Amino acid sequence: MSVLATVADVVAIACLLTGALLCLTAGIGLVRFPDVLSRMHAGTKPQVLGVLLVMLGGAIRLHGWSATWMLLLVAVFQLLTAPVSAHMISRVAYRRRHVRRDLLLVDELRDAEGRDSVYRGDEPADAPPERPAEALAESRSEDQAPSGGPPRAREG
Amino acid sequence: MTVVAVIAHALLGGGALLALIRLALGPSLLDRVVATDTLLVIISASLAVHAALTRDPTVIPVLVVVSLLAFVGSVSIARYVGGMLIQSASGDGEDVGLPEAAEVQEGRR
Repeated sequence: MSVLATVADVVAIACLLTGALLCLTAGIGLVRFPDVLSRMHAGTKPQVLGVLLVMLGGAIRLHGWSATWMLLLVAVFQLLTAPVSAHMISRVAYRRRHVRRDLLLVDELRDAEGRDSVYRGDEPADAPPERPAEALAESRSEDQAPSGGPPRAREG
Repeated sequence: MTVVAVIAHALLGGGALLALIRLALGPSLLDRVVATDTLLVIISASLAVHAALTRDPTVIPVLVVVSLLAFVGSVSIARYVGGMLIQSASGDGEDVGLPEAAEVQEGRR
């Protein structure tokens, strides 16, 4: 039985140290990488794998089911929320042009003329997929019509 | 066990320090959001490491709160900047008071 406990301790400590190492790599990547998207790539390493490893190590080490369930809740919640927040931040970063587009190999959000070629995210839900920009301009002019001001010019 | 605690806390502390450096340097708001997210994850990981190494489950409920707060904070800042971008006619927000895009700054450098 004590052999089993020792093996469990070794596995737990290996998980904890690997998670801590991932946190250090996230810090190094945050400092060294050039733009928001690549910094996010480095910074989300401990958000999923690191947290999962640390929670696994904690669940092995801690006694009692309540701590295990709470660690499982944290891990599941991290898995659910990390993609959502990363998607929103990266979308805003691209549209805000905090992305080094000269370093990108594939840029599917921009066509050959340098304009955004697909949805930008603010279109009404029933916008036709072939012309999202026109639908966006139309919905904006409808939004601004009651306030009295002239409709804003279409963005180019 | 003491050696493991020292190594783990050194790794976590180094990561947190580097995230703080990016938080201080970060040229844009979104860089700081990413750094804050990472910093909160590192903090919750070090709380969990401390709980695991001392076999003390007292701080485990704090982990749930911290992970909830990290999500709400980053999403609300992203929505805030996105809302300013909707008001912007040029598309990158410079005409509604947001600072210059990082792409432009890097191109000038």
